[in-house]
Amino acid sequence: MSGVRVLVGTRKGAFILTGDGKRKQWNVSGPHFAGWEIYHMKGSPADPNRLYASQTSGWFGQIMQRSCDGGKTWETPGGEVMPTPGSMPAGQSNKFVYDVSRETGKPLTTHQWYDGTQHPWEFKRVWHLEPSPTDPDAVYAGVEDAALFRTSDGGKTWQELPGLRGHGTGPKWQPGAGGMCLHTILIDPKDAKRIYVAISAAGAFRSDDAGKTWKPINQGLRSQYIPDPKAEVGHCVHRIALHRSRPNVLFMQKHWDVMRSDDAGDSWREVSGNLPTDFGFVIDVHAHEPETVYVVPIKSDSEHYPPDGKLRVYRSRKGGNEWEGLTKGLPQQDCYVNVLRDAMAVDSLEPCGVYFGTTGGQVYASADAGDSWAPIVRDLPAVLSVEVQTLQ
Amino acid sequence: MIRVVLPPHLRTLAQVKGEVQLDVPGRVTRGAVLDALEARYPMLRGTIRDHVTERRRPFLRFFACERDLTHDPPDAPLPEAVVSGAEPFLVIGAIAGG
Repeated sequence: MSGVRVLVGTRKGAFILTGDGKRKQWNVSGPHFAGWEIYHMKGSPADPNRLYASQTSGWFGQIMQRSCDGGKTWETPGGEVMPTPGSMPAGQSNKFVYDVSRETGKPLTTHQWYDGTQHPWEFKRVWHLEPSPTDPDAVYAGVEDAALFRTSDGGKTWQELPGLRGHGTGPKWQPGAGGMCLHTILIDPKDAKRIYVAISAAGAFRSDDAGKTWKPINQGLRSQYIPDPKAEVGHCVHRIALHRSRPNVLFMQKHWDVMRSDDAGDSWREVSGNLPTDFGFVIDVHAHEPETVYVVPIKSDSEHYPPDGKLRVYRSRKGGNEWEGLTKGLPQQDCYVNVLRDAMAVDSLEPCGVYFGTTGGQVYASADAGDSWAPIVRDLPAVLSVEVQTLQ
Repeated sequence: MIRVVLPPHLRTLAQVKGEVQLDVPGRVTRGAVLDALEARYPMLRGTIRDHVTERRRPFLRFFACERDLTHDPPDAPLPEAVVSGAEPFLVIGAIAGG
C-alpha cells in the first residue's frame, strides 16, 4: 500500500499531512512545535521514518528536532534530560559555530550589508536540511548567515564545511530581504561528491569534492542591479531543481528570470519564454519526466502575489520556454498569497503528485501532474516549506 | 533548592510543568543557576544564552523579587530570597511579535 507524507513547515508550527496512494484521503497532524517557526522539515531517503526539522524563534534561537518514527514523536538530538549533570557535552544540536580554526577552518570575514558597508558573519537560523541519500545520520544544513554545515551523528553535533564561506568572494555576498541565507542544497544522485548550493544573494555554487572546495556557477545570469554581466557572484538565486536521472541539467528560479543549465551550472540560459512574469520563488521537476518543470509566477519583486489575483502554476513539458498555465482547482480571482522558495515538492507516484504551500496557509495538491488541484488544508499559518515523502 | 520559572516555550522544550527546582552548588549567581539549568536540561542550551559567548539572547530578561536583574553581572550573587527558595528566579520573554 503506497501513500505520501507531506511535511509542512509554517510560521507557527509544523504539520504532517498523510495521504493514501490516490491522494484523496488525508490525515492532518499538528501543530508540532506550536508557536515556533519551522523553516524546513525533510525525511531521510535512507530511512523514511527519520525526519529532521529546523525550529527557530526570535526569542530562543535555533532548535534542531529529529523524529525516528515518521513524526509521531520528536527529540532534540543529544538534548535528553540528564538525571545527573556532568555527562557533557550534551545539548549541542543547535550549536552552529563557524569554523575559524587554523587547521580546518577559514577566517571569519565580512559580507556586504544592506547599506553597502561590511558586516561580520553571524549565525541566525537553519533554512534548509538535506539528508544524505544513503546515511540516516548524515544531514547537510544551509544556514543564515550563509554557510553549509553537516552532521554525521544524527544531528547531535554540526560542523561547518568552511570552503564555501571562505571561497574568497564573501565580501561581495549580501543579504536579500529575507536575510543572507543558504536555502538550496542538491546532492547529485549519481555522484555524492558533487553538491550544488544556492545563496541569496550570492548565487549558485558547486563542489565536486564533497564540499571541500567550491566554484561559483553563475555565468549567464543577468541581474539588473549588477552592472557587470560576468560578475562571479551577487545574483539573487531563489531556487534550483534537478531531475535525478539527469543531474547535469539544472533549472533555476532567479529573483527575476527562469534559467536552465545543461552543463552542471557552468553556463546558464534563460527559459522564461511566455511566462506572464518571470519573478518567483519555487521551481521543481516532475518525478518521471525530466523535461517537465513547474514554477509559480509572482507579479514582481515589490508585489509578492500572483499576477491579476489568479493563482496559477505554470508547467513546461519542454524544459522551459513554452509554458502552460494550470488553473483547475486554484483560485482565479482575489488571490494575493505568495509561494515561498522551499514550498513546492513532488512525489514519485504514478501519475506524479505536485504540492505547494502558500503564505495564506493553503497546501494544494495535484494527483495528476498539475492538471487539477485541490487544497489538502486551507487555514494553516503561513507556509514556509513543503516536502513530500513517497511511502511504499 | 533554587526555583526557576521558564517561559512557556522553554517549559515545553524541556518537558517540564510549572517551576524547575535546581541544586546549585557554591555561590548562587545567575551564571551558576543557568549552568545548573543547562546541565539538567541540555536541550535548553543556546536558547537563553549563546553557546560560545554566553551572552543573553536579546529578547530575554531576568527578574527576581520584583527586580530586573538583566544587566547585573552574571557572577553577581542573586537575592537572598532566591537563594533560600522563598522567591523564584524568572526568565522572561519579551512581549513582542505576532
